[in-house]
Amino acid sequence: MHEMGIAMQVMNIALESVPSEMAGVKIERVNLKVGKLAAVVPSSLRFCFEIIAKETVLAGAELSIQEVPVTAKCEGCGLQWRLDAPVFTCPSCESGSVKMLSGRELEITSIEIEDEE
Amino acid sequence: MEIKVVRNVLDVNKTLAGRNRDRFSQEKVFVLNLMSSPGSGKTTLLEKTLVQLAPDLKCAVIVGDVCTSNDADRLAVSGAPVVQVNTDQFGGDCHLAAHVIAAAADDIDLEDIDLLIVENIGNLVCPAEFDIGEDARAVVLSVTEGEDKPAKYPVMFRVCDAAILNKTDLLPYLDYDVGAAVGYMGQVHPEMPVFQLSAKTGEGIDPWIGWLKEQVTRKRSRG
Ligand SMILES: Nc1nc2c(ncn2[C@@H]2O[C@H](COP(=O)(O)OP(=O)(O)O)[C@@H](O)[C@H]2O)c(=O)[nH]1
Ligand SMILES: [Mg+2]
Ligand SMILES: [Zn+2]
Repeated sequence: MHEMGIAMQVMNIALESVPSEMAGVKIERVNLKVGKLAAVVPSSLRFCFEIIAKETVLAGAELSIQEVPVTAKCEGCGLQWRLDAPVFTCPSCESGSVKMLSGRELEITSIEIEDEE
Repeated sequence: MEIKVVRNVLDVNKTLAGRNRDRFSQEKVFVLNLMSSPGSGKTTLLEKTLVQLAPDLKCAVIVGDVCTSNDADRLAVSGAPVVQVNTDQFGGDCHLAAHVIAAAADDIDLEDIDLLIVENIGNLVCPAEFDIGEDARAVVLSVTEGEDKPAKYPVMFRVCDAAILNKTDLLPYLDYDVGAAVGYMGQVHPEMPVFQLSAKTGEGIDPWIGWLKEQVTRKRSRG
């Protein structure tokens, strides 16, 4: 759906993250965290990234995607648990007052650049 | 060598959405982001909603449409100012992004209105991901869609503050399990109010209108 737009943002952020004194250095890997509930399909994101990265210092760079599971915390009893289905009711006290802790991430954690010889 | 970055991929949109939010607050405008699959009845619900709100609130609408201006024409009948936006290539045609709303808002006299409703692009996935600077979000689901849609699109139902189960006038002709649909919504977002109504006949619309008015009033009293 909007993976092309996302891939462009990923590319922009990666390019901006290279310190100016290292300008032009080849980026080998971009590390991303993507929540299970983020609206991104990893395979299409990789595909779009590959296309737009051509002709830049990101050409051939690997998009390494770490999937983040969905976890939540009950505001009633404080229980924290990992969700395997989209059921946001506390399994312990049945409260519906529940906060999502993780699962919607869409962030770049780091870039890896080629080591100089 | 690894260089730490830690940046949200959508941070540009988030920043622009924050700017929209500040601007709307300054102008004392409440913003509702209305979302659904194509054809669930957003435009029909808005046609009715605008008429009902007219005596008490000054409304304006931004409507995102992929290629036609039909929705804008239907909504303009209410007399409320309507701005139609066609999405740009890089935003994709799957959602409205904050910069699109910022540009559309330039065509509205914000000082003169109380409530701005954004009819988002028909899609249950992408709009949930893109903050536009709204104060509240609502999702429309109609009884001609599957009961389990909330479970299939949990993020949308999770991020919304209210849901509308529309087209209830069709229930006598369908084999639709209202309890199951409401049950799924309750699993995904237990504290979210669900308004069962028919945008076509207007039946059941009052609680929805009441909820919306209350939201607008609450923001105003917060100042
Ligand atoms: N029977 C019935 N039809 C409806 C209702 N609300 C909308 N529709 C019809 O559903 C179709 C799509 O509605 P529209 O408002 O354009 O949906 P949108 O794409 O979400 O804006 C139109 O043919 C409407 O007349 C309703 O409450 N009952
Ligand atoms: Mg419409
Ligand atoms: Zn609990």
